[in-house]
Amino acid sequence: MAIIVFLNAAVQAGTPLLFATLGEIITEKVGNLNLGVEGLMLMGAVAGFKIGLLTSNPYMALLGAATAGAFGGLIFAFLTVSLKANQVVTGLSLTILGTGLSGFAGKSLMGQIVPVEVGSFFKAFEIPGLSDIPILGKILFNQNVFIYLGYITAILLGIYMYRTRWGLNMRVVGENPSAADASGININLYKYVHILFGSALCGLGGAYLSLVYVPAWQENVTAGRGWIAVALVIFSTWNPNKAILGAYFFGGLDIIGFRLQKFDLSISQYIVDMFPYLATIIVLIIISLRKSRENMPPEGLSNPYFREER
Amino acid sequence: MIRIAARSEVSKNRNIFTRITAIIMALMLSALFIVFLGHDPIKVYLSMLEGSFGSVYRFKETIISTIPLTITSLGILMAFKMKFWNIGAEGQMIMGAFFASYFALSYPDMNRLALLIVMLIAGAIGGGLWALIPAYFKAKYGTNEVLFTLMMNYVALKWITYLQYGPWKDKNALGFPKIPNFTSNAVLPEFLGIHIGWVIALVLTAVVYVFIHYTKKGYEINVIGESENTGAYAGMNVRSIILEAMFIGGALAGIAGMIQASAVSGTLSVEVTGGVGYTAIIVTWLSGLSAPLIVVVSFLFAILIQGGSYIQTAFQIPQSAAQILQGMILLFVLGSEFFVKYQIIFKNNRVKKEGM
Repeated sequence: MAIIVFLNAAVQAGTPLLFATLGEIITEKVGNLNLGVEGLMLMGAVAGFKIGLLTSNPYMALLGAATAGAFGGLIFAFLTVSLKANQVVTGLSLTILGTGLSGFAGKSLMGQIVPVEVGSFFKAFEIPGLSDIPILGKILFNQNVFIYLGYITAILLGIYMYRTRWGLNMRVVGENPSAADASGININLYKYVHILFGSALCGLGGAYLSLVYVPAWQENVTAGRGWIAVALVIFSTWNPNKAILGAYFFGGLDIIGFRLQKFDLSISQYIVDMFPYLATIIVLIIISLRKSRENMPPEGLSNPYFREER
Repeated sequence: MIRIAARSEVSKNRNIFTRITAIIMALMLSALFIVFLGHDPIKVYLSMLEGSFGSVYRFKETIISTIPLTITSLGILMAFKMKFWNIGAEGQMIMGAFFASYFALSYPDMNRLALLIVMLIAGAIGGGLWALIPAYFKAKYGTNEVLFTLMMNYVALKWITYLQYGPWKDKNALGFPKIPNFTSNAVLPEFLGIHIGWVIALVLTAVVYVFIHYTKKGYEINVIGESENTGAYAGMNVRSIILEAMFIGGALAGIAGMIQASAVSGTLSVEVTGGVGYTAIIVTWLSGLSAPLIVVVSFLFAILIQGGSYIQTAFQIPQSAAQILQGMILLFVLGSEFFVKYQIIFKNNRVKKEGM
């Protein structure tokens, strides 16, 4: 039974990673590498918490978090799509800005707790029927509404990307913008819409931390999860369905140090804390070793598109 | 109808003018933000200057923050010249500090000059090796270096946390998790009132400048940065050049880590870098990959940092406000590069130069 409790907790710990990873997948699929995920998550976390506190309304809190993420995404999109700025440095500066903005806005929120209305909205509940599935039911379907929203988003995104005309166009924009342009796809529109939507998901990932997982506002509440999400995109080879598994696997790594203490192992917690980062490194190496076509990043990733240079 | 066209040539004056305009615009936007906080922006800006130049002590503090930024940025410059996006200077600094601290703690009674030289070399090797790991995988298998170097930062940080709370914990600190202070033999001496790191920083700036502009290796690094294929076609051993340059770059960051541990904190701790490794990325980019400009930009950033912490007490403006300012300046400068490289043309063929 301990293992079921552990996996149930791994899903909870993996959910912020899932949202951020999905957001970054969308962004990268239209050819833009946004390294500002950490900043976007922090902006979402603080906005979600503050609005939750002010309105006691969970829907407003989620909307606020998504809007804050999208706002960060708008800055990123304007600089990298319209002004063709270097994506790596823009993403990094967005993280600095997001860290600063969230630290600033969150200053007065320290020590506050989530209102009861919001807290009870995010309480775990069993889904009738599905929760009766042996083992999986206890792990996956005895969770809170945010986590269910994560499953749905991942599945819908998979369908959108691989089964719809817009999803196809979006992938063409990321793979070969010149071809997309020639076939009449409005590149900038596609890039803007997807970057904004992806960034909104990153903001929701942050809000999960401050509203549900912790649940309180702490400075740098994300603790590097934004960066792990960027790596998880590679781990899941830009596929939303694989992102689910990757996020929960890393969620498990995230809590393993904490859990291991119970078993009185001689390994230090600080060494165990290294595992997610080491695992990411190993994944990066493995992926670069086996360069299969489908595992490669979108062709146009991190190159600004400029029509005259076709 | 508006059309965007690439400029055929980019003049140096235009480049500098555009960047300065961008910084002024960022400062103006920040001024609005300060007004929003209920303060007079002119007063706040002036007291930031006051905080970094107001007294001999404060001026020294500003120089002391300039030192690690300069040296670490020089290290990042080596990588960025090759379009190797090294985000790992933070970890490279930490490992440099770790290697140096090993000798400081193991041989506290060694002759001062000998110990300091050993620590300097150890710091360089520690940082260099830490940079070499992602460089090897990038050169050999094309592994993504942005994420690799970034993850290495966290591994390094957890490693020091482990030492600080575990094997290296000071037994005389009454259970407080800290690593023992260095003996005075392991602390860098002062020169003209400030620890000697500033001399090291200036010497290294000159060395890196000469290396990039006047040596064969420096030339090869430039060529690889332009195009790896060109380098390979010209018979260069691209892999070994990447490895060597990354080792040197990491070594520079390692030296900065050693200086911080030895001269500033007097021991190793998880806060030894103070985020310099990340700020240095920005400094390097803003300096346009020029070693002498790195010194200037580092100094400006030191003013921003010192002034930022001064207004914190003077106006009750939180530290994060300084971070917001940094982020905005950087985003404006990034955006402004568009106006250096491109021009906007309206349909009637009159070339309109954007004022930004």
